[in-house]
Amino acid sequence: MSINATPAGAEVTAEAERPGGRHAAVPAQRAGRRARTPLSENKRAERRLGWLLCAPAALVMVLVTAYPIIYSVWLSLQRFDLRFPDQREFIGLENYATVLTNQFWWTAFGVTALITVVTVAIELVLGMALALLMHRTLVGRGIVRTAALIPYGIVTVVAAFSWRYAWTPGTGYLANLFDGSAPLTERASSLAIIMLAEIWKTTPFMALLLMAGLALVPEDLLKAASTDGATAWQRFTKVMLPVMKPAILVALLFRTLDAFRVFDNIFVLTAGGNETSSVSMLAYNNLIRGLNLGIGSTMSVLIFLTVAIIAFVFVKLFGTAAPGSDDGERR
Amino acid sequence: MADIVLDKVSKRYPDGTVAVQDVDLEIADGEFVILVGPSGCGKSTTLNMIAGLEDISSGELRIAGERVNDKAPRDRDIAMVFQSYALYPNMTVRENMAFPLRLAKVDKETIDSKVEEAAKVLELTPLLDRKPANLSGGQRQRVAMGRAIVRQPKAFLMDEPLSNLDAKLRVQMRTVVSRLQKQLGTTTVYVTHDQTEAMTLGDRVVIMRGGAVQQVGPPQELYDHPRNLFVAGFIGSPSMNFLHAAVEDGKLRTALGDVPIGERLRRQLDGADAPRELILGIRPEHFEDAGLVDDDTRRRGMEFEAPVEIVESMGSDKYVYFTVEGERASAAELEELAADAGAADFTGTGASLVTRLSAESPVREGENRRVWFNLEKIHLFDPSTGRNLTLHEGRASGALAD
Repeated sequence: MSINATPAGAEVTAEAERPGGRHAAVPAQRAGRRARTPLSENKRAERRLGWLLCAPAALVMVLVTAYPIIYSVWLSLQRFDLRFPDQREFIGLENYATVLTNQFWWTAFGVTALITVVTVAIELVLGMALALLMHRTLVGRGIVRTAALIPYGIVTVVAAFSWRYAWTPGTGYLANLFDGSAPLTERASSLAIIMLAEIWKTTPFMALLLMAGLALVPEDLLKAASTDGATAWQRFTKVMLPVMKPAILVALLFRTLDAFRVFDNIFVLTAGGNETSSVSMLAYNNLIRGLNLGIGSTMSVLIFLTVAIIAFVFVKLFGTAAPGSDDGERR
Repeated sequence: MADIVLDKVSKRYPDGTVAVQDVDLEIADGEFVILVGPSGCGKSTTLNMIAGLEDISSGELRIAGERVNDKAPRDRDIAMVFQSYALYPNMTVRENMAFPLRLAKVDKETIDSKVEEAAKVLELTPLLDRKPANLSGGQRQRVAMGRAIVRQPKAFLMDEPLSNLDAKLRVQMRTVVSRLQKQLGTTTVYVTHDQTEAMTLGDRVVIMRGGAVQQVGPPQELYDHPRNLFVAGFIGSPSMNFLHAAVEDGKLRTALGDVPIGERLRRQLDGADAPRELILGIRPEHFEDAGLVDDDTRRRGMEFEAPVEIVESMGSDKYVYFTVEGERASAAELEELAADAGAADFTGTGASLVTRLSAESPVREGENRRVWFNLEKIHLFDPSTGRNLTLHEGRASGALAD
């Protein structure tokens, strides 16, 4: 390979070295954009096969997700309360105005955001510690991993009930530990317990994802860092974390999206009392209990949009943060 | 810069396997020492113990006179180059090379100047701002070297640093490594499984097998005076020919004819417990086309005639493969060597004899050719112990020595 002054130059060279790429001249109209050689016959056939193989899954996805999404968007644009079916009417964005100016919505939004940020942050730290532990464990690795994963294996509602009973004054062992107080009757302590239950349950999941990332860090790299003079902490922060970054981001994305849609723990523990509703809780209350399909759908759509924005931000982050270079290892 | 002393260093794993056994080695300041052997011989483990990446089970390791058994790698002041290069993928070439200096809290200007200097030596200057993923194998290898040299450590440890390069680049980088080591004069321990690398690079070569040192010495000495069958078979390319030899009536009966033996060897073989069966070893270059040998030389050897199987003309000389009959030499060492070469049923056979004849020889495939070989260069090994019987006071003396 000839030596180029810029990485961009290197990319062109590498492109030209690929079989089938040499003969093709770059069309003039594309020269302004990134220089790319057109696909060869083989490549195109391969790509077509790729689409064909994806098609069945894509079709199912469209049926089970696209349709409900579009339907709820349609519902959100109507005044539609099942208690007053006669008043059904297309009202444009009026529902959105109603929701977005409503203080209950914003309280729930704040609660959700708080739960998301706090739980994901704590889960990341604990999950990383757990992942390192599981990665390093030499004896009884299987037992350690199984034990760590038990909370994640328990159905959330069941776990939530056990937390609720534990905090019930008089009968709960945790409540008794704190002099029979009733923490689920106050806002701050309720939120703390909801977050505790969330963290307890999903840290193993985080740890599992991070452990996959840990496996990506080559042993030689850590050895090299040791001989280069890095302490254990420096090896962790300067070598492990940067190499694991993509795995960490994926884990964070999954957990953030999940955490933002928190529902079952709140439903069981407080049922949204004392202003502990999350947005999902609020949407449920309006949609199912209030039978207000218009407002409920609007909330669902707003949740969907928020989640989409979070995902978008994360994916944009990946694009800039993959280790090495954008196209990974090229030899 | 420092000397490195291994004093009965051993590595035992909890399950009882012994990876390295009582290795004694004194590496002088500035010396270039090669650890070589087939895979699983303990050479990498030994290197990792010097680096501090593996604990030493017993024995003592001293760097610059100081016991370092219990010191962390970062406190040993050594730099290591890995086969995989182990470059930090998230850092540019510059950051990679600066990493050890940054950890050592060297000020920024010094770091910059040292990195620039190392980059210039290794011709990496135009690549300083690239990420490792955008480099070729050879460039990555140089970056790994650069990261080792910027720090001016007490010693370099290299774990098969050239094994991932293609053959041509490997030869090229070999001279780069050699020149660099001479320039810097830093003590270097270099691990390889390639005997050519070992021969060409090192001041001294340590040949290991099954966790134990077989022989230590300058490359030429190992080549000329191998202490045992393993060393003889491992060093040299093409490797030494081994033939079965039976001791009968004060002579050796071999596929090449009856080989006379000298007084000293006869005394040795007269003992009651002396082996009756031997392995005769002779290197390809100690054969010659009988027609090209002058009378004076002829007296020092003997001749045989055999059918020519294959002729490989190298330009400067010819590799000629002969078919010889007779029992094939067998010993544990030979089987191990063959397995390592990946040709268990190829190298050890008594069927083929490799010779290196002068380019002037008119030898043709398929004909019968008369070939002379040098009796003074013959080695005789005891198949049960592998010991070289022709070795006298450390020197190989051939079959005829008195």
